[in-house]
Amino acid sequence: MSEEILKLTSLQLDALKEVGNVGAGNAATALSQIIHRKIDMTVPRVAILPLGDVPDVVGGPEIMVAGVYFRVFGPAPGSILFLLPRESAFSLVDMLMGREKGYTRSLNSLDESAVMEIGNILSGAYLNALSYFTRFTLLPSIPALAIDMAGALLSVILIQLGQMGDHALVIETEFSSEGDGVKGHFFLIPDPGSLGTILASIGVKE
Amino acid sequence: MPDLIKVGMADYKVGKAPASVITYGLGSCVGIAVYDPVTKVGGLAHIMLPDSLQARAADNPAKFADTALPAMVAEIIQLGGVKTRLAAKIAGGAQMFSFANATDIMRIGERNAEAVRLVLKNLNIKLVAEDTGGNYGRTVELKLDSGIFKIKTIDKGEKDL
Repeated sequence: MSEEILKLTSLQLDALKEVGNVGAGNAATALSQIIHRKIDMTVPRVAILPLGDVPDVVGGPEIMVAGVYFRVFGPAPGSILFLLPRESAFSLVDMLMGREKGYTRSLNSLDESAVMEIGNILSGAYLNALSYFTRFTLLPSIPALAIDMAGALLSVILIQLGQMGDHALVIETEFSSEGDGVKGHFFLIPDPGSLGTILASIGVKE
Repeated sequence: MPDLIKVGMADYKVGKAPASVITYGLGSCVGIAVYDPVTKVGGLAHIMLPDSLQARAADNPAKFADTALPAMVAEIIQLGGVKTRLAAKIAGGAQMFSFANATDIMRIGERNAEAVRLVLKNLNIKLVAEDTGGNYGRTVELKLDSGIFKIKTIDKGEKDL
């Protein structure tokens, strides 16, 4: 077992959590401005999980979700996946489009663009914070959207990590808007080689 | 109520009738059901990658098509399956997200399915049915009493292979 993520110290994990905290805070502020609702955010979870256990974080591999996926470009490449339970995606679209709550039951192409734009704004806000910390320019790709089983969407990222090891370092934050039935999970998953680069840039490299 | 044996990502499980083997939410991964209709012994693998030789970490044989299949087939034979009677059905290998210029890693589903077909051929196990590709997830279940390979999707319905 030679995976670098299994050798992370608690100091390094705390540092990553702090980066996640600021990134997610930025993203939550951006989201609450778009939908004019208060957004609650949990303290980011930094977990090192066996690949097969990652779908359990969102409630199991068969949960129906909307996922917005980005590649992150720059000196510390990685992936971002913003996952929303399908009903949360519908609620978000209702709010954005000024529709009555519960109106949206499927997404037309305009609705899909709206969900991707939310993903865009969140990932941009998150990466801004990460760029500030690391002094790297980190940019998201254009988004791609899919609505399907959580396991199927997560597999895309897990397969990339699977070439390097059997564990994933997941920086995960949960968002929710009390009473509006909106919640989501935001995953930042650094490519295996990026982790050392990020740790060095924030000054906690061994 | 027959046992339902669950298979996680990068894992495989074998069993005997009346049990069923199931794996949830296959995306670009491929589910491979291998079955002996006489002894009603079989297994289901959920592989993530085509080839252990190209990977940096190959500690878990169940993760790769080329190592998961021989290991699972050996266990099926140990449980009473007969090599010459074994037949396979496969599903999965989707491309979940589409980008304008898809990189190689985005086409991993297709490559997984290709690798599985090749490994089955090398093992002399006939591939009798498949449901691969597309851009949607699948939950698959091998019913060991009948050999039926059940495929469930969100918007494309259910089918039995």
